[in-house]
Amino acid sequence: MLSPNPPVVLEEDMKTTIFRLCLASVGAITCAASAQAQTPVLNVLTYDSFTSEWGPGPAIEKAFEAECSCDLVFTGAGDGAALLARLQLEGPRTDADVVLGLDTNLTAAASDTGLFTPHGVTAELTLPVDWSDDTFLPFDWGYLAFVADKDTAAVHSFKELADSDLKIVIEDPRSSTPGLGLLMWVHALYGDDASRIWADLADNIVTVTPGWTEAYNLFLAGEADAVLSYTTSPAYHLIAEDDDSKTSWAFDDGNYLQVEVAAMVAGTDQPELARQFMAFIAEPAFQQVIPETNWMYPATQVALPAGFDTLTVPPKGLLLSSQDAADVRDELVDTWRNALSQ
Amino acid sequence: MRGLPAWLATTLVLLLTLGTLAAVALRAEVGHGLSAGDWAAIRFTLGQAAVSALVSVALAVPVARALARRRFRGRGVLVMLLGAPFILPVIVAVLGLLAVFGRGGLLNAGLEAAGLAPVSIYGAGGVVLAHVFFNLPLAVRLILQGWVQIPAERFQLAAQLNASVWRLLEAPMLARALPGATLVIFLICLTSFAVALTLGGGPRATTVELAIWQAVRFDFDLGRAALLSCIQFALCATAAAVAWRVTPVDGFGGGLDRVVARWDQSLWDWLWLAAVTVFLALPLAMVIWRGVPGLGDLGPGIWAAAGRSVAVAAGSTALSLLLGLALALRGGFVTSIVGVLPLAASALVMGTGLFLLLFPFANPATLALPVTLCVNAVMALPFVLRVLAPAVKDIRANYGRLAETLGLRSVDLLRIVIMPRLRRPLGFAAGLTAALSIGDLGVIALFATDAQETLPLAMYRLMGAYRMDAAAGAALLLLALALGAFWVCDRGGRMHVDA
Amino acid sequence: MLTLDGVTLAQGDFRLTADLRIPPGLTAVIGPSGGGKSTLLAAVAGFLTPRAGRIRWDGDDITVRQPGDRPVTMLFQDNNLFPHLTIAQNVGLALAPRLRLTVAQQEQVAVALAAVGLEGMGDRKPRALSGGQQGRAALARALLADRPVVLLDEAFAALGPSLRHEMLTLVRDRLVGQGRTVIVVTHDPQDARDFADQVVLVADGVAHPPRDTAVIFEDPPQALRDYLGG
Repeated sequence: MLSPNPPVVLEEDMKTTIFRLCLASVGAITCAASAQAQTPVLNVLTYDSFTSEWGPGPAIEKAFEAECSCDLVFTGAGDGAALLARLQLEGPRTDADVVLGLDTNLTAAASDTGLFTPHGVTAELTLPVDWSDDTFLPFDWGYLAFVADKDTAAVHSFKELADSDLKIVIEDPRSSTPGLGLLMWVHALYGDDASRIWADLADNIVTVTPGWTEAYNLFLAGEADAVLSYTTSPAYHLIAEDDDSKTSWAFDDGNYLQVEVAAMVAGTDQPELARQFMAFIAEPAFQQVIPETNWMYPATQVALPAGFDTLTVPPKGLLLSSQDAADVRDELVDTWRNALSQ
Repeated sequence: MRGLPAWLATTLVLLLTLGTLAAVALRAEVGHGLSAGDWAAIRFTLGQAAVSALVSVALAVPVARALARRRFRGRGVLVMLLGAPFILPVIVAVLGLLAVFGRGGLLNAGLEAAGLAPVSIYGAGGVVLAHVFFNLPLAVRLILQGWVQIPAERFQLAAQLNASVWRLLEAPMLARALPGATLVIFLICLTSFAVALTLGGGPRATTVELAIWQAVRFDFDLGRAALLSCIQFALCATAAAVAWRVTPVDGFGGGLDRVVARWDQSLWDWLWLAAVTVFLALPLAMVIWRGVPGLGDLGPGIWAAAGRSVAVAAGSTALSLLLGLALALRGGFVTSIVGVLPLAASALVMGTGLFLLLFPFANPATLALPVTLCVNAVMALPFVLRVLAPAVKDIRANYGRLAETLGLRSVDLLRIVIMPRLRRPLGFAAGLTAALSIGDLGVIALFATDAQETLPLAMYRLMGAYRMDAAAGAALLLLALALGAFWVCDRGGRMHVDA
Repeated sequence: MLTLDGVTLAQGDFRLTADLRIPPGLTAVIGPSGGGKSTLLAAVAGFLTPRAGRIRWDGDDITVRQPGDRPVTMLFQDNNLFPHLTIAQNVGLALAPRLRLTVAQQEQVAVALAAVGLEGMGDRKPRALSGGQQGRAALARALLADRPVVLLDEAFAALGPSLRHEMLTLVRDRLVGQGRTVIVVTHDPQDARDFADQVVLVADGVAHPPRDTAVIFEDPPQALRDYLGG
């Protein structure tokens, strides 16, 4: 419970007082943590699956702590959308030094909070689109795609999908980031015609789920021919389960991108460490962990694990600027809801 | 005895329901008011909740009747099994249902084999089907209680008079029991979100709870979230007031194993029992079937999470019983309202409000488990109260004056009279709370890091990381723990009980 | 001496007035069904607060005292014993409401049980006893309780005539013999004739002052005559 190296500067009586407080306090852990104050702590707020035992968190924590002589603490806060809500709830009082896991649909709102500061990292990014934001640094990315069994006849556009008898499961754009990405995708390709596309797709959509988890489970349970996920999803089945039966569909006009970003909190009490971590994000030690733990593409040039070469690569990556995405969101959701509620 | 504990319990319930709502509302900055979509969501929410409640209750009547007048091997197991869907996490139950009724499920496989057209579960029908799956068991329990409470002499009298049991006894009993049962299920369905959306087939099936999610998570429009949550509470209060005008509170305590000798049995009883058993047991069997292979994939993290879940369940059970006891001893109209408020609370608003209340003072992660414990206790309170309140009333009616003349008061009254006489209902209520607590995700997702993960959260996280087999194993473990906890508590309440 | 001084009792539309004094001994309360006999006892026991008037015991005003604080103990029609407690515990409640009995108190309980003919049955639970034995156990508790007033609200109504007689004999020998004020509500005028020292007639909204048993039955007032169907 007590730190192995109590701070030497404390007077004897003060130490006893603190010791007593430690014992009395219900949050003894907090107390013990603060007693370790000479090891600086870097708090990184991220989404759950990043910090889980099978996610990238543990390996990255080990690698970064080896070079920072600090304590890297990941705090999971639900999914990507919950992450931003959590940050907004905490406001300027947040303990977070770095936030990791927002995506481009959320960065405009994240910017508006005024909680972030430019990271100052220059990195050679491998994104299929230009990236010039100096506050939000991509740490991985992927193409949204419909994932299906290999023996299901692939389609190559939303129109072809709408004309087919294929059944799909999608996520609700009001509660899930891939669902929102799908709206952006259709909007990027069809603009004002999006409404008609959605109306045509209505009879293909088995159901709309609150999040990716439900959708993907429904697909695996055989409820649909395809599910809105990522081109990298089949890699999990191939590498982790030795199952090559899944594939994803590249659309001729391109697939929408999901770019996951990290940003430094302006009010951090560890600016040096935070900056060091932001730079670390672009380094191979961080990036090579991503493919097989987060099942996304790394953001900088590192060797991809075997199996990733089998993945579908769309001819084009589509991405709305975060400001455009924020501007059209409400309208797109209304269009989507009206078209599917007919 | 009647004063302080009940006052504290009421305060805690109000704090977690209306207090968290107020915290969210006070933090609100922008507010758009209600959109046309929100009104559509309100209409849909009311509609699906009403239909789900009515169908659940309508189907529960013949099942409860069959259980009331039939004795057979496995009846006890069936009554316990009846409780299982109620405590399952939504996604697990939905996957179980889909394995039977889904596109690739048993039903459609059968239809295909018979050369018939497949049926689709998705749409309003699917929402109602799932809600009936969740709530039919509860409705059966609530109504069965009414049957068991009809004195045996009345049935003998009716048989002797050759009078219609239905008109003379059952219809009046149902008139008293049904409004309360319908209300509880209506309220449960009112805050449904994942079921409605997943099986609803599209954005038509938008509930108020989903609108709250959108408001909090994407728009960070806490004002709108608070407003929508107010609407949920208002609907709840209205429904509760209506139901209380129509009927007194009826409980559903222990004692469901009494079979009344009857002279009007029919073959339909067996058909109803068989149908409900298949309807409830098949999806559960599929959950087990899928879970067994995944049990081997469960890492130490899952077992640790299971341990935490059990510990939290123990704590929330103790707390919920204390709260329930305090309120049951107090009684009265305010208690009745306090007792249903948690049913109308939005989990997201509650979690967000708690976060806002606690964040200035402490690291939310260190409080994840205590907060979950409290929330689970309060969420189970409506059910605990429905079990304990009628039992306390009976004890008061039978032994109140005797205890008073003997000068038994406060602690002595509790220790010597009330607690020993409440053992059965306490055991049953404890089992219910423990099972609900183990199965419920609650608000922990907002607070917990890995170190505080509970089993349902761990299961969701496994699913979110493609690990469906392990997740299925975790779901099975969860089902086993929840039913086990129920069995142990219920059993404990029944052992060595005198008359 | 138990005194009801200008007492008015109300329950819904029902009104009962009582202005009377009850001396020690066995007093029977008789009268038509629904006439207010139990209401009268409820007021003495403290379950019903009078609208007007005072209730006194030996000059002490007990009108608003809690039931457990009154010099009164009561036997009800049923549920006189807690089914989950042993007979000894049920009886012991009279001495120690917290059920922590000293050795001396346990001895007292055993003596009381013996006095009502339940020797050695202290460890049993009520359901192992017959109806008559349960009545005796309740009586044993009243015997031990240090309460000068004992109320019996049709406590033995469910028993057959001979058992009831046995009980009333016990009541007379043990309780009245100790000089207590025992008030018995009964449906059976014969019980009153056989056991009561005086009779309180409750009819037409009035609890009449007690009259000597022999006198009242010799020359019954009109209300009693109506009740007796004479």
